[in-house]
Amino acid sequence: MKNTSNYMKITIPGYSKNEGLARMCAAAFAAQLDPTVEEISDIKAAVSEAVTNCIVHGYRDTIGDIDMKMKIVGEDTLYIKITDKGIGIENVEQAMQPLFTTCPEGERAGLGFAVMESFTDKLRVKSTPGKGTSVTMIKQVQRRG
Amino acid sequence: MSVEFEYGIFGLTAKIAGDIDHHAAAEMRIMIDGELERAMPDLLILDMSGVTFMDSSGVGLVLGRVRTMKQWEGKVKIAEPSARAAKILKMSGLEPMITRKPFGKEKRA
Repeated sequence: MKNTSNYMKITIPGYSKNEGLARMCAAAFAAQLDPTVEEISDIKAAVSEAVTNCIVHGYRDTIGDIDMKMKIVGEDTLYIKITDKGIGIENVEQAMQPLFTTCPEGERAGLGFAVMESFTDKLRVKSTPGKGTSVTMIKQVQRRG
Repeated sequence: MSVEFEYGIFGLTAKIAGDIDHHAAAEMRIMIDGELERAMPDLLILDMSGVTFMDSSGVGLVLGRVRTMKQWEGKVKIAEPSARAAKILKMSGLEPMITRKPFGKEKRA
């Protein structure tokens, strides 16, 4: 039986300056698993993409709250759930295709989900149009020594 | 976050330092495009050696500058990306844009 050994919840307003804050919090929380520098950077990039999606897509021209929940399950598994109450995604499968973007004028490359997918072990996206989106990422941190 | 410009014999080097996320990329884009539209160089070298963090916003920043430079048929190269920048550039298929030559650092005899 694997138990949750620690958790953290934060809520931040969707200002773009808070992208850095979100990934620093995520990195600080993940640090207790003794990850490598590379793993920490991967987690930061994945969180940065998810939070940017909330700001750029979910809330677009408005500012809304972004919730980030993190927990550690067992000795080496990190769960990160990032939720917005924005416009939601009509077609999640399409949104997850590399290079798909709803915001080319903002110079979005359409690679957000691709980065989340390749830098974590599992990615789950749930969205209800008009209600919001939640992204859950699971990262297995390699045990060392 | 900072962008420093240096003119060399090959073109303009923009040395990008710090974290590149969506927030920082918006400012970098304005700074770099301002310089490009004034100077209209044939070649823009994005020196990414000082990039401490990068997400896909960095890819958008590179591709956006390719679009700016296309207006006068200029080219874009990436020089000395840090490990983090290189990882994202490679997974995005932008590896061919990385140059190993120390562009812009040549000194005339």
